[in-house]
Amino acid sequence: MASLLASILIDGFAYGMVLFMVSVGLTVTLGLMRFVNLAHGMFAMIGGYAAASLITMAGVPYILALILAAIVAGIIALGLEISVIRWMYGRPELDQVLLTIGLVFIGIALAGMLFGNSLVPVPLPDMLRGASDLGFRVMPTQRIVAAVVGLLSLLAIWLLLDRTMFGIRLRATVDNARAAGELGINTRRVYAIAFSVGAALAGLGGVVGAELLPVEPYYPLKYLVLFLAVVAVGGPGSVFGSLIAALLLGTVETAGKYLAPGFATIGLFVVMLLVLSWRPDGLFHRKSRL
Amino acid sequence: MSFGTVLRAGAVALAMTAPAMAETVKVGVIGPFSGPFSGSFGEPFRQGVETYVAMNGQPADGIEVEFIWRDLQKPDPGQARALAQELVAKDGVQYLAGFVFTPNAIAAAGISQQAKIPTVIFNASASAVVSQSEYYVRTSNTLAQVSVPTAQDALDKGYKTVVTAVSDYAPGVDAETNFAKAFTEGGGEVLESIRMPLSTTDFGPYLQSIQLKKPDALFVFLPYGPPTYSFVNAYRDNGLDKAGIAFVGTSETQEVDLQSLGDAALGLETGYFYSAAHESPENDAFKAKLKELYPNAEPNPATVAAFDGTHALYEMIRATGGKTDPDAAIAAIKGKSWESPRGPITIDADTRDIVQNVYIRKVEKDADGRLVNREYKTYEAQPDFGAQK
Repeated sequence: MASLLASILIDGFAYGMVLFMVSVGLTVTLGLMRFVNLAHGMFAMIGGYAAASLITMAGVPYILALILAAIVAGIIALGLEISVIRWMYGRPELDQVLLTIGLVFIGIALAGMLFGNSLVPVPLPDMLRGASDLGFRVMPTQRIVAAVVGLLSLLAIWLLLDRTMFGIRLRATVDNARAAGELGINTRRVYAIAFSVGAALAGLGGVVGAELLPVEPYYPLKYLVLFLAVVAVGGPGSVFGSLIAALLLGTVETAGKYLAPGFATIGLFVVMLLVLSWRPDGLFHRKSRL
Repeated sequence: MSFGTVLRAGAVALAMTAPAMAETVKVGVIGPFSGPFSGSFGEPFRQGVETYVAMNGQPADGIEVEFIWRDLQKPDPGQARALAQELVAKDGVQYLAGFVFTPNAIAAAGISQQAKIPTVIFNASASAVVSQSEYYVRTSNTLAQVSVPTAQDALDKGYKTVVTAVSDYAPGVDAETNFAKAFTEGGGEVLESIRMPLSTTDFGPYLQSIQLKKPDALFVFLPYGPPTYSFVNAYRDNGLDKAGIAFVGTSETQEVDLQSLGDAALGLETGYFYSAAHESPENDAFKAKLKELYPNAEPNPATVAAFDGTHALYEMIRATGGKTDPDAAIAAIKGKSWESPRGPITIDADTRDIVQNVYIRKVEKDADGRLVNREYKTYEAQPDFGAQK
């Protein structure tokens, strides 16, 4: 019984960290910037493809490929921000939905053309493959990597938002773009950088989560509900909230798999329903407009 | 230029246009040529058909086959019926072919039956499909056909207990039922049957709880692509192989996924109807032509099913001289046997379903370091064990 509970907590934590990694970028773009970014999965997919190509074609080591993949996703996002997304911030949410879902379809078609319609694995180095022995059971080594990268990202985002000038400017811009502009903040640039950072985090998540959510053209649509669930339950805009939500959802689904296989996925949505009817703005919604 | 020269030139010109007056036989092919299933089915279908045509030319002198491709991305019975109807009524096709998903094949059966359209099923693998229309023929497989020999092989290997873990959808349930029946009838015991939701991404907990049951083997059935990939990796990463729980599968290591599964697939044993590593001149010729036409294509079970399906179409077209005579066409294919790239196959004279060898294979590396399904045991001429008698 104790080992069953431990198993649920360990697997739930490992799965939750992967969920956190693949959705944390969305917390920034959707939550902080209030931009309805349904194309989040596309940036994760770009990261995954970038890492897979770098490792298999250029022989780049895994960790370096991970960082480069995030940069690639960030740069592509920056290009999109400057060319199309920038014009959508003030527009109604429906317009943003239509634009980003359109981007998703273009992304799916392009990915299919460039990389084929079957999945592309992101090869792991031997060190990170296989099982790690925890004494009473084993755990996939790769999940430990996901957890570590997840915690590091959490720390980095917190530092960026709460401890840097950029964080102050971003919060000011999100709260009141006009006043921020009057005070000499280049709000356009702040938005562009924030969007790019969000996409880079998505790219990171795409690589780290590739064992569970394999990289393929339909990635952005297939897992969209998963990303949105994490951000909605956590409270849009709260990075810490996303972490708690991801861990909660991950643990609930994992418990379902151990105790009532077949109902596992329903369990996840029941929790989502309960949380959102109790707190419609999510667990950690910030009181002010940020 | 004399009058005679003009006449001769005219005669030559006439002779050259003669083939244009040949009988054109239209075949409507319905399948997922775009969308998420195009990589595992739509593209292989087209490649199988084109490869067969490239190798065999036209069915006979004066008969020309024209394939009309219709895209049907997912299980959508209403749309399947509408497409079949349109192909028959508007495009005037004599034959239908394709069909990945069982619900689509069943929905189109009414059209096939009423309009008497001989139809070759390239995939849809529930047992019930072929009995839905008297003009249905199947060149793929049924789930019972591959699961039953796989269960027998598991018993032969000395496995006494299994846990079955299948994706919770019709084919998964079919595979589970047939495997469990054959395994328990042969004296084995099924400790637990787990049905995993289709949307599952993290298989770790299932595998951990299976490990606690300590079965001799684990029977799985999962859809192609991402679920198979995640499951196989989770099987390794959770240490089930080291704990001595054998992996027993059917289509999991099929060629379209095999290379992307990578080293995690090494040593996995499955029972299925086609391996690209099958050693025969027919398979070599097929693979060579496929590679020539589509350098990046993998010879896959779906490719071979479409290749053989085209052979079945050619047989029917030849038997009727390209004329519309559905009863003669179906009569001609019943009981036909031929050597396919997968090995010898027969269209059963009564059921119109395929009878074929099921091979037990093990994933190995070939001389070039590519993963292959190496066949090492054959269950010959397996029928559809799920057919209703």
